[in-house]
Amino acid sequence: MTNLFRVGNCAGFSGDRVDAPGPVVDTLIELGGPAAIFFEVLGERTVALAQLEKRRDPARGYEPMLERLLEPILRRCVDHGITIIGNFGAANPPGAAKVIAKLALRLGLPDLRIGVVHGDDVRNLDLARLEVYEADAMLDTGSGEIVSANAYLSAKPIVEALRKGAQVVVTGRTGDPSLALAPLVHHFGWAWDDWEKIAIGSAAGHLLECGAQVTGGYYYDPGYKDIPDPANIGFPIAEVHADGRLVITKAARTGGLVNPQVVKEQLLYEIHDPACYLTPDVTLDFTGVTLKDLGADRVQVSGIRGGPAPAKVKATVCFDGGWLGEGEISYAGPNCLARARAAADVLLERLRIRKLDVQPRVDLIGVTSVHDGDSGSRWRSFDGPEPRDIRVRLAVSARTQDDADQAAREALALYCCGPAGGGGVRWRTTPRIRTQSYLLAPEDLSPGCSVDTAAGIAQ
Amino acid sequence: MSNAEELVEVPLHRVAHGRAGDKGNRLNISVMPYDPGAWAVLAGQLTEEAVLALYAHRGATGVTRYDLPLLPAFNFVIEDVLEGGVNGSLNLDGHGKSNSYLLLGMKVRVPERFARQGPD
Repeated sequence: MTNLFRVGNCAGFSGDRVDAPGPVVDTLIELGGPAAIFFEVLGERTVALAQLEKRRDPARGYEPMLERLLEPILRRCVDHGITIIGNFGAANPPGAAKVIAKLALRLGLPDLRIGVVHGDDVRNLDLARLEVYEADAMLDTGSGEIVSANAYLSAKPIVEALRKGAQVVVTGRTGDPSLALAPLVHHFGWAWDDWEKIAIGSAAGHLLECGAQVTGGYYYDPGYKDIPDPANIGFPIAEVHADGRLVITKAARTGGLVNPQVVKEQLLYEIHDPACYLTPDVTLDFTGVTLKDLGADRVQVSGIRGGPAPAKVKATVCFDGGWLGEGEISYAGPNCLARARAAADVLLERLRIRKLDVQPRVDLIGVTSVHDGDSGSRWRSFDGPEPRDIRVRLAVSARTQDDADQAAREALALYCCGPAGGGGVRWRTTPRIRTQSYLLAPEDLSPGCSVDTAAGIAQ
Repeated sequence: MSNAEELVEVPLHRVAHGRAGDKGNRLNISVMPYDPGAWAVLAGQLTEEAVLALYAHRGATGVTRYDLPLLPAFNFVIEDVLEGGVNGSLNLDGHGKSNSYLLLGMKVRVPERFARQGPD
């Protein structure tokens, strides 16, 4: 066992830059020493969308960019002993493993050992007897069909796969930080109740799990928070020492930066009580954290504390949530504010006249939109200078696709029936997912893993 | 801060940076002063009541402020502000990610040395 282990992140969400992994892997190879990379591509709803995809095609339902992400780096990772871990299994971890196995065969790696974690899918549990943790507002779970139900598994099954010799581990839903914690536990042999070490490994995962968000992405604010080469932000690497020292840095020869400001922003990202951040592996306390700028895109993170893992396991259930309909049209030039307001009023009046069963909202993009509320109070009371152009957006929620579509098409009808000079109409409907979280007892779950060679899996 | 020091009224954006994240219908916004010395000045102005008022038009029902004087930073947790959350919202930004900049637009009064110059 060496005293230093590096973990790199190569994706922070499904839809992240597909050319991110290369520089991370190059850097880990140059630095030498044991290392792992992880891909976090499973947002709260992503697994539900993947289930819908799997219904259409049972072979799919995993991360759609999987091959594109792994192909450029798989051979080099294997040659240099860099472990690959990812929740790119989504709704179909065995399906993802098959894709990786076929890729490995194509690259001449039939002996590649691929681990698949199972046990996160809990659609078979009786929800009625479970404790509700948190729900979307106004969620009527009685009306929506269950699309997906997944428990947040801990790092343990991933570690089990690594102990069985897996070089690539595919998971579905697990705690996001668990993806980075697992190779650290495997390497250093940390005890699961060594809370301080488990906390440090989990904090490393938390800081890295959103990829570029800790290296200058989602941070860049020209004139206030500038970053080098924003089109080539390097993805992050955590250096973790056996004694728990943690340094955040990034891929070499890339853009972006690592400084205390950006690390602070990511430390508190999606955190509520900073003294009590729950993962499946540990309860984290960030209130004692201090950061030290070591220069050259290196920040040391100290003072992370940990306590026992939560007694219950969180599971997120996604329900069919009806349909979203959207229609947009643009107005520009003289009196565009009055014409856009008139278009907004006409749209709402049309929905009333047609008695469509929808909940509407209208935005005046260019006046105010994302900061406004559903009532539109901000654009209605706007008395600032007239913008050069405004995009009117109607959004509705509806139980049926037809109602959503009919409402959205009212924006289309503004071409001939609306105020003067409207142009650039787009309209569409999108299925919606609603979520509710439950708390499970650990005995409700039976997580595990299987490990086989690429040649064995591809058969 | 001496009483004699001149105070300027500026958007919080000149004094601090921040980031928003969502969980369900709840939003958290972190706020970090560029100059650690500004933390105590901001603590008196970025009250839970002031932040709640800023999000009243979106139906926010409560704000909890967590203080991290070591970093230094504040973490605001705003309840029911996402009008249904990413899954139910009709807002273009269902995650509420752009909301950090609604808070950073709040006017604060600080000693001039804490206010950065930059593009408006």
